Amino acid sequence: MSTATHKLLKGSTGDWEVVIGMEIHAQVTSNSKLFSGASTTFGGEPNSHVSLVDAAMPGMLPVINEECVRQAVRTGLGLNAKINLRSVFDRKNYFYPDLPQGYQISQYKSPVVGEGEVQVELDGGRSVSIGIERLHLEQDAGKLLHDQSPTMSYVDLNRSGVALMEIVSKPDIRDAEQAKAYVTKLRSILRYLGTCDGDMEKGSLRADVNVSVRKPGAPLGTRCEIKNMNSITFIGQAIEYEALRQIEILEDGGAIDQETRLYDPNKGETRSMRSKEEAHDYRYFPDPDLLPLEFSQSFVDELKAGLPELPDQKKTRFVADLGLSAYDASVLVAERESAVFYETVLDKLANRARDGKMAANWVINELFGRLNKESRDITDSPVSSEQLAAIIDLIGEGTISGKIAKDLFEIVWQEGGDPRALVESRGMKQVTDLSAIEKVVDDIIAANPDKAAQVKDKPQSLGWFVGQVMKSSGGKANPQAVNELLKSKLGI
Amino acid sequence: MTDLTSLTLAEARKGLADKTFTSLELTDAHLSAIEAARVLNAFVLETPDQARDMAKAVDEKIAKGNAGPLAGIPLGIKDLFATKGVRTTACSKILGNFVPTYESTITSQLWRDGAVMLGKLNNDEFAMGSANETSCFGPVGNPWRRDGSNTTLVPGGSSGGSASAVAALLCMGATATDTGGSIRQPAAFTATVGIKPTYGRCSRWGIVAFASSLDQAGPIARSTRDAAMLLRSMAGHDPKDTTSVDVAVPDYEAAIGRSVKGLRIGIPKEYRLDGMPAEIEKLWSEGAAWLKAAGAELVEVSLPHTKYALPAYYIVAPAEASSNLARYDGVRYGLREQGRNIIEQYENTRAEGFGAEVRRRVMIGTYVLSAGYYDAYYLRAQKVRTLIKKDFEDCFAKGVNAILTPATPSAAFGIGEKGGADPVEMYLNDIFTVTVNMAGLPGIAVPAGKDAQGLPLGLQLIGRPFDEETLFSLGEVIEQAAGRFTPARWW
Repeated sequence: MSTATHKLLKGSTGDWEVVIGMEIHAQVTSNSKLFSGASTTFGGEPNSHVSLVDAAMPGMLPVINEECVRQAVRTGLGLNAKINLRSVFDRKNYFYPDLPQGYQISQYKSPVVGEGEVQVELDGGRSVSIGIERLHLEQDAGKLLHDQSPTMSYVDLNRSGVALMEIVSKPDIRDAEQAKAYVTKLRSILRYLGTCDGDMEKGSLRADVNVSVRKPGAPLGTRCEIKNMNSITFIGQAIEYEALRQIEILEDGGAIDQETRLYDPNKGETRSMRSKEEAHDYRYFPDPDLLPLEFSQSFVDELKAGLPELPDQKKTRFVADLGLSAYDASVLVAERESAVFYETVLDKLANRARDGKMAANWVINELFGRLNKESRDITDSPVSSEQLAAIIDLIGEGTISGKIAKDLFEIVWQEGGDPRALVESRGMKQVTDLSAIEKVVDDIIAANPDKAAQVKDKPQSLGWFVGQVMKSSGGKANPQAVNELLKSKLGI
Repeated sequence: MTDLTSLTLAEARKGLADKTFTSLELTDAHLSAIEAARVLNAFVLETPDQARDMAKAVDEKIAKGNAGPLAGIPLGIKDLFATKGVRTTACSKILGNFVPTYESTITSQLWRDGAVMLGKLNNDEFAMGSANETSCFGPVGNPWRRDGSNTTLVPGGSSGGSASAVAALLCMGATATDTGGSIRQPAAFTATVGIKPTYGRCSRWGIVAFASSLDQAGPIARSTRDAAMLLRSMAGHDPKDTTSVDVAVPDYEAAIGRSVKGLRIGIPKEYRLDGMPAEIEKLWSEGAAWLKAAGAELVEVSLPHTKYALPAYYIVAPAEASSNLARYDGVRYGLREQGRNIIEQYENTRAEGFGAEVRRRVMIGTYVLSAGYYDAYYLRAQKVRTLIKKDFEDCFAKGVNAILTPATPSAAFGIGEKGGADPVEMYLNDIFTVTVNMAGLPGIAVPAGKDAQGLPLGLQLIGRPFDEETLFSLGEVIEQAAGRFTPARWW
């Protein structure tokens, strides 16, 4: 990785480099929990999605949910990672009321997925490669409710036992921008794969961020872990704050305590949660209730064959096949839903080779612009992919001009309807009939003899004539035809 | 009709089929016997109403001719098995009056096959003990006493209630569990037959866990045939227990009476302990001679890592137990002792709810798994376990079909006689049995004789994985040669 891709922080003693590693907890998309048949549906009355296993009733045993394993393997493949055909579930022992078993079933020494790599795009066409250390499966805990009683806390076990993938990065991230871009990219990959819905507000994707600082080239510094971040913006803010906090301590001659910290978005600062001395001794050992997780290479190969096209591949294809710019292609593939929308438009175009690039411009500029303005999501766009494709067809085939198309788009946005029918019924068709245009051109030249005389010396004033013609045709005249006609009539 | 209780299970099955008596009569006879034997403290919960309802229902089925293989047979259930709607405590205060909403796989298979539940049987708290003295319901009396003595002896443990109830004719058979000898040692102390099947043979689902990688359920009964009948209903693959194995369950009863001619029986030299009582030595030789007389071939074998089995067991079992018992925290069910905060609530609940032996093992287990000690203790114990397993594999690879050993190093002892000052004294009871759990093999204890004071002694046969049939065949040879042992009723 070149140093040009990241930012150094200035301290009073010179430049500091930030070193960041992340543990992302991604809730696996599955109908039932990792080791029980209980539903994983979000919400619902407290303790309404709890099986005997989730509540750790005496004598209950975990049974692995194979779909969760498939999801983890798919994710590993999406991260270009090594898939371990044999992995082991361990117990991570600690007491807390949201942990009914008194241990979390996780994977410690032998995770299901090993090392991998993610390409992360930064502004200005830069990109970095962030290493993946491992991915393992584990159970989520329940939730404590402190607001139900003045003297007691209640426990909701709906989440207890839901499958999580913990995706651990290598300490390859160097600043807040990279960190945010990494989470964004990872989230995008997970959503493309359909292995995690990536909904950070609902807690489906949370990050623990390890931050340390050092002088460039120096050995790694002592790190602090900022726990349980569920917003990409806050991750950036927390890193900026934490790095400066550490630099200040070090420059004052102090030392960093290895500890767990929490980010307070209201105050914009991190604060200590527990020190290394207070850290739990989790007493990991292989869970004797579960056999090692073993599957064959053909199981992996089958999943690999069924993987959807991922954002990087899609971007490459858009650039190569449709001639999109790298930037436009990245914008389109960043969100799975946007890419799906764009590709549906493409599929419905009469001539995708001719109009594919125009479709990209329309999706990015007109549609995204309008959606952003109204804070709406692509999945809830008033203009369907079918309608947009029809508008683009109308432009491509020369039935309407680009300008009229914008009006048409607005009508479809506001009122709906079939664009082609609207063009007919509202007389929006572009006039390409030369005789019809000729009359207008002649009238305008006749009415403006001075300007007609001047245009020979000042060819740029031709635009004024074009404008006049377009205006009096209600924008329906074909601009190119008007241009050529004017040139011949004016003798330029 | 009181003599109905002295029938073997096989005899009762015939009587029921011939309509000589009904299941209700058989059940009532046992319920009366239980009532009269409360001094033994074998049952911690009697369920007479449920028993009669089940018996009546099964009598109707017998009348219609569609009853299962255990139709009408009254059984006792170790209190470690979850029984739906019936209090299940593992004989620990911490479970309090816990009533499961679910039925363990094993008991549901027994009810499926027509068996009748008489009640829940006493055991060591969470199956931790070798004398049934750690139960929160108090110790169990052994129906056997020394000749001319009034001292009440322990029935062994942890399945002490099961063994005592079967020996005292309170039930025709009982469920039991064995983590380090908890079926075989009490069977040996009470002249009953107990088999711990191969790990994975029976489902652990719905059985309160002690040490998951060692726990295995099995029956205690009054004959090898009875044990074979019970195991057939108890065994089988269960998708709810992924450590249970999908291997067809044979008709174990068919192995009773099968010729043992040509079978190679290993006699492991490492089981000949220094200071072993002469009568145990004599019993062992006698058992070997009976098998030889029946046509088996005796071979001396070596299981060199035997001496490390007990220390390794007392690392692995407490380690798993410390984690398995973490769920008893007073948050969701069972005992809760309030505190000023959650940590205090945990401490108060667990200090009050767990007995001394359970607390000791939880602490040992926590220690051996803790950072800095894991490698020295837990990991090494697991390596020892692998070596023990290999000892047996090597032995079986040389053509040995089964291994004959004593079941226990002594006969039953008095309540409070052992382990008071040094828990290891109690742990040594399982010296011949823990290796079998460590290796996951099947082992059967059969009564083989009496000591000089008139107390029963048992022999153990260890088999190849999933070859319980050979153990039944060999066990029955010893049973035939040694004769049947019944305690004189004193209660």
